Amino acid sequence: MNTAEFAALHATAIAARVSAGEASPADLVKATFDRAAEVGAGSDALNLILWSDRDLADRDAKALEEGLTRAGTGGRLAGVPVAVKDNIATLGLPTTCASKILAGYVSPYEATVVTRLREAGAIVIAKTNMDEFAMGSSNENSAYGPARNPVDVRRVTGGSSGGSAGVVAAGIAPIALGSETGGSVRQPASFCGVVGVKPTYGRVSRYGLVAFASSLDQVGALARNVEDAALAMEIIAGEDSKDSTSKPIPVGSYRDQFLSLASSPAPLDGITIGVPAEYFPEDMDPGIRSQCDRSIEALRSLGARVVDVSLPHSSLAIPVYYIVAPAEASSNLARFDGVRYGSRAAVSGGLREMFGQTRSEGFGREVTRRILLGTYVLSAGYYDAYYRKAQAVRALITRDFHTVFGNGIHALFTPTTPTTAFAIGAVTDPYEMYLGDVFTASANLAGVPAMSIPIGRIAGLPVGGQIIASHFCESMMFRVAYALESALGSEAHQ
Amino acid sequence: MTQSDWEMVVGLEVHVQLKTRSKAFCGCSTDFGAAPNSNTCPICLALPGSLPVLNEKAVALAVRAAVALGSTIHPVSIFARKNYFYPDLPKGYQISQFDQPLATGGSLEIAVDGDAKKIGVTRVHMEEDAGKSLHDRFPGSTAIDLNRAGVPLIEIVSEPDMRSSREATAYLRELKQMLQYLSVSDVSMEEGSLRVDANVSARPRGEKKLGTKTEVKNMNSFSGVERALDFEFARQCALLERGEKIHQQTLLWDSVRNEARVSRTKEGSHDYRFFPEPDLGPLVLDRDWISSVKSAIPELPSDMKRRFAADYGIAPEEINQLASHPELAAYYESAARASGEPKAAANWVMGEVQAAVNSSGVPITQFRIRPTDLAQLITLIRDGLISHSAGKKVFALMLETGKPAPQIAQDAGLLKVGDDTALAAWIDEVVAEHPVEAARYFGGERKLQGVLVGFVMKKSAGKADPGRVNQLLISRAGAG
Repeated sequence: MNTAEFAALHATAIAARVSAGEASPADLVKATFDRAAEVGAGSDALNLILWSDRDLADRDAKALEEGLTRAGTGGRLAGVPVAVKDNIATLGLPTTCASKILAGYVSPYEATVVTRLREAGAIVIAKTNMDEFAMGSSNENSAYGPARNPVDVRRVTGGSSGGSAGVVAAGIAPIALGSETGGSVRQPASFCGVVGVKPTYGRVSRYGLVAFASSLDQVGALARNVEDAALAMEIIAGEDSKDSTSKPIPVGSYRDQFLSLASSPAPLDGITIGVPAEYFPEDMDPGIRSQCDRSIEALRSLGARVVDVSLPHSSLAIPVYYIVAPAEASSNLARFDGVRYGSRAAVSGGLREMFGQTRSEGFGREVTRRILLGTYVLSAGYYDAYYRKAQAVRALITRDFHTVFGNGIHALFTPTTPTTAFAIGAVTDPYEMYLGDVFTASANLAGVPAMSIPIGRIAGLPVGGQIIASHFCESMMFRVAYALESALGSEAHQ
Repeated sequence: MTQSDWEMVVGLEVHVQLKTRSKAFCGCSTDFGAAPNSNTCPICLALPGSLPVLNEKAVALAVRAAVALGSTIHPVSIFARKNYFYPDLPKGYQISQFDQPLATGGSLEIAVDGDAKKIGVTRVHMEEDAGKSLHDRFPGSTAIDLNRAGVPLIEIVSEPDMRSSREATAYLRELKQMLQYLSVSDVSMEEGSLRVDANVSARPRGEKKLGTKTEVKNMNSFSGVERALDFEFARQCALLERGEKIHQQTLLWDSVRNEARVSRTKEGSHDYRFFPEPDLGPLVLDRDWISSVKSAIPELPSDMKRRFAADYGIAPEEINQLASHPELAAYYESAARASGEPKAAANWVMGEVQAAVNSSGVPITQFRIRPTDLAQLITLIRDGLISHSAGKKVFALMLETGKPAPQIAQDAGLLKVGDDTALAAWIDEVVAEHPVEAARYFGGERKLQGVLVGFVMKKSAGKADPGRVNQLLISRAGAG
């Protein structure tokens, strides 16, 4: 198959072809590497991919093919090339979190999500660029340079899962894994014009995801349509005995539910969608507002009742997030001390010098800033004023969601981001950058599932619409997303 | 004022390694003495992306210990991260418990010179051990062994209720014994499965307020604890006598030089930045589960001692010795019950049995002479079938051959001779060999009877039944 044909194929189509023997895993590996070369996914152009190994991918394809021959049919992702964010442990390819401190580090074990994808027949083809340790909203905080947005190479991909969003947008892989702490899948999905899902906290195993902020982190999927994203989530979701925070709640098939409604003229009949006022401020970008209005009209036309709701503590999400996340990060990143793995500074002094120098050399500015911030808010004398208070406010933010979902609201619709993709280098003030998470961070703090789908374009740049559902109600979220995606059709790309 | 005008106040923090097969948060073995870093995995090495999963067995052992201390078990407790950098702390934090520990309250009864006293327990919480830094293995470098990293611990914090170094060691002995009875830990200070830090202060006698305390660490034996406390108390008293202040600081005990020196790490510079461990949910203990742990608790040493006094009527010193270790106590009790002779059993176990066990080096559970074998020997003596001195010979032969006591007594010809004909022959010989004593006895000097019985016993090599010999002599004297 030629690269243009490949780049348009969805994961479901690839798996069907491979299972039917119409394409071989080796063909897919070739197509994905050809496509990556064609669009310039490497560091000299789009800089979406940090690590890949053609030989490794070919070996995996061969092993998969032998399994297919024996079984006669493939898994749900048979032969599907997938890209994995560089903070998710993979065997064979480095796992560096786009940080110098983990330069050359190859994990001796594999993340549960990667194992589940591979067991479904997927082939890991690359580790993608990201903001260092997932700290950033533009992918400019990578030790390996910014990823470039395939829609407009002068612009950022968004972050921190910028490489994963870019790889999907550029047609290099139909599915990529990202990770979320405050919007790191949804925001780049929005900027790159793809679908990005953050599941309920506890829905997907974090085992093998290098921790940033443990109480917020979740692995999510990026894809070019809702069905592929739902498929990926079905596969990676579910309890894992290696992650004590994963929940034993059955996953089921997200796709069966929304596909069964596909021919219905009103697939959202009986569904009430809340539109929270706090996500549509007076000074919002008028272009984004009008794209959202068009989506809200589409939701009504699909049979949904759309009502105004309020999440009164929304404005506190950013300050709370930037206390809780750095606090946990300051502890989670303590293990990068140069003792057991990763880089170690050459120092003649004692232990303190070795720790200090290793970390000063190994971590970039934003990571250092957040470690300092987190260390400060956990310090004796400041804990109550910052961390404890932030957790109390976090509980209020969570309660807001419980209140709306407890009052007959099935899902919420909001913009994903306050802006479209900005130019590389345009945002230099860290605080201004943090405000880019204003519509996404609440879902992480509350633990509810949320996703972004493309709803239109402004001056050629994609706009994302966000659908938020109640805890463990991913199937409702996907049902709304699938219906909206179908209704908007090609309009979403205009 | 002199030192005797000051009162020592001691509180102890005891870390106990729990006897689980695997570590607190991963499946690695807890075996002591394995090759360095062989008992490790991505979790206890803190590889990027790994996560802890709590070992339920460790929780059960921790709860068992806390229940035995009479502590209140909290149905919800919280694991917290204690953050600090050290090369043998792989994650850069220790998973511990902070403001919501597993259990609070409780006490342990000790006795010093017969005076009983309750030492309060402040809290019992769970945590994980760190690895080991080996400073002397490679010259100029420090090596790290992470086999111990992640081994489950409980920390038992006492109230400042001890008033002397002897009370402190009595508390430690009592605690160690209890944990042994509970099979919660190996409680070996040598292997580091029991570690003690002491908080010490001095105050004028009669004063209610506590003085400024120092923390003494690095003691590796109970006697080391006693010496360290006495040393530190004397140091504080001397300072206070001179009107100087005590500085809150940590001292390290040097058992070779018999002194405590101020640790180089500055206390107070540590800010552990505790916060709830987000990778583990709250530890929620089901009421029924707690009761099942409670009901599975074996008899505690204090209860066993009371029962030994009531059931067997043996002396307090004997009880203390026999109950010092659960396996010794079980051995004794089995021998006492099987023989029906608790006092004799106590003497045998504390004497011959312990001596033989100690010299053989095998644990008492594998000692060749089983309690029921010993009971047979005790019964032979009680029934007058062998003498006590013959009994010791039988014991030695049992140890040597493994044969039962009655058979040995028979084969070695150690059974008492009660047959009148044989006894009369020996008496005849004694009378012939000791005519003077015999004449005086038969002449009415009855106090010489014991002497003559002694001669007969000697002649019979201990086999003669002394009771029957006495009767025969009396009847002869009566007839004469």
